[in-house]
Amino acid sequence: MFNFPNSYVEKLPTGIPGFDHISKGGLPKNRTTLVSGTSGSAKTVFAVQFLAAGIIQSEESGVFVTFEESPADIRKNFLSLGFDIAQWEAEGRWLFVDASPQIGDSPFESGSYDLGALLARIEYAIRKIQAKRVSIDSLGAIFNQLSHRATIRRELHRIANALKKLGVTAVMTAERTQEYGNIARFDVEEFVADNVIILRNVLDEEKRRRTIEILKFRGTDHQKGEFPFTIIPNEGVVIIPLSAIELKQKSSDYRVSSGNANLDKMCGGGFFRDSIVLVSGATGTGKTLMVTEFMSKLSTNDKCLLFAFEESREQLFRNARGWGMNFEKLEQDGRLKVVCEYPEVMGLEDHLIKIKEIISEFKPNRVAVDSLSALERVSTTKGFREFVIGLTSFIKHQEIVGLFTSTTPTLMGGTSVTETHISTLTDSIILLRYVEVYGEIKRCITVLKMRGSMHDKEIREFTIDNTGMHIGKPFRNITGILSGKPIFIQQKEIERLGSMFEDQK
Amino acid sequence: MSKYLLKLYVTGRTPRSERAISNLKRICEEELQGQYEMVIIDVLERPQLAEEEKILATPTLIKQLPPPLRRIIGDLSDTEKVLLGLDILPFGKVKTSKEGEV
Repeated sequence: MFNFPNSYVEKLPTGIPGFDHISKGGLPKNRTTLVSGTSGSAKTVFAVQFLAAGIIQSEESGVFVTFEESPADIRKNFLSLGFDIAQWEAEGRWLFVDASPQIGDSPFESGSYDLGALLARIEYAIRKIQAKRVSIDSLGAIFNQLSHRATIRRELHRIANALKKLGVTAVMTAERTQEYGNIARFDVEEFVADNVIILRNVLDEEKRRRTIEILKFRGTDHQKGEFPFTIIPNEGVVIIPLSAIELKQKSSDYRVSSGNANLDKMCGGGFFRDSIVLVSGATGTGKTLMVTEFMSKLSTNDKCLLFAFEESREQLFRNARGWGMNFEKLEQDGRLKVVCEYPEVMGLEDHLIKIKEIISEFKPNRVAVDSLSALERVSTTKGFREFVIGLTSFIKHQEIVGLFTSTTPTLMGGTSVTETHISTLTDSIILLRYVEVYGEIKRCITVLKMRGSMHDKEIREFTIDNTGMHIGKPFRNITGILSGKPIFIQQKEIERLGSMFEDQK
Repeated sequence: MSKYLLKLYVTGRTPRSERAISNLKRICEEELQGQYEMVIIDVLERPQLAEEEKILATPTLIKQLPPPLRRIIGDLSDTEKVLLGLDILPFGKVKTSKEGEV
């Protein structure tokens, strides 16, 4: 009955990675969006990238109005991000309107004025290159150039209206003084209040965390809340849309060998493909050995990728040799790739993007991360959780089996913070623990959880020698291993306990 | 007295533009006694010139000659400011006259 032909707010896909997802399609088309943030929150990067993405991805030219930095500075700064603005200018796809402060005296003001000249220049530029996108950076700076604030506010409102008539989609940036406070300085949000995006650069536990939040899109839908993002060379702003994750991963009955025959038996025939296995253990219990075995016994079609955050390449290769495995050969055959990096070299968001890129490029069917705990130390709790969620969901969608290790803080028993974050995300959990037996340290292994499969419930002893890991018999006469306080029981007691249940049958 | 070259940038024939033009003509007649050249540029017709001169606000008066180059924005209704901007009135003189008024 009702027909609203023009009520639908069309959106313009921006091409900024992740943004079109959280904005459910892009920026509202033919409208102006205010992008507000504190100093250093990547406002200018966002504004530049909005135009750059239009040029690169959808052949839409753009006009950049700068109130703050000179065009020469912008050209130079963004060349390092891989945007060759000068080249686009030469091709007539990018045009600057330079409203940056000119060298010399500030102008004398005598009587009333408007920004008619600026508007005329913007309109002229848009028509000249038939621009579809306009970025204005940043509004606060013009309030510093001219003194009559009421006039500037009224005039900016006029410019925003004029842009709408010209059929361009625009981004205006504005400063704010606090991460959580007023939307912007000089109350600029009042005249472009239709759409507001907030960029944050919050200092938390001595670490910087960048987030983007769409505060409002008038008349259209978007994802709510803050999303982490990072800035990387050649791409600029990359938003990590956690909400993009869907619980839609395939699950198969296809099993993959863990690299250890006995462990396969304990797991009911091996790890499932499209599953994540978490190996938890104290330092030295044999986690890296498990990873090494997981990588080395590859069948002919297998390709394996290892992200090592604790040990260097040389160490890993030497250790593998010690266990009788030849990583060099596998790497030469193109079936193995080892990426070693200190977790501290970049933020977790950057790690996640890099890991995803490498996985997409190498296309492995086995991925190991050694260890997650090392990554945990470079991030906040929240950031780490987001990282793990992002990584596990990505891996599960690729028909890959993932093996993650996690280090427990105590030698005996105990769990780590890492586990509490990801235990529900992983499909299988394998515990490696030390057991103190009459003054001797032994190692034990148990499969705590294995989704979709029967598995061995026993706590077994294992030994490590120059051929790898050897899983042996269960500890029959010790109880309380996982709690870190083993108690020895007599053989008679075990028999009594066993017979207790038989009696009831 | 060296000759003045003045450029006035306006947007169309708005009341503000007209005011600026008539104010400028009056000041020039009174103070410069014909020793000036005045160019009026409509930025709606010639936006490229506004781009080259980096004009933001209109009206904008640019004193091209004699150096130094100066910009005065507004409808030029504050005569004292215009004279200051055109270096016709020295800074010190204005200050003392203002103090005298108080």
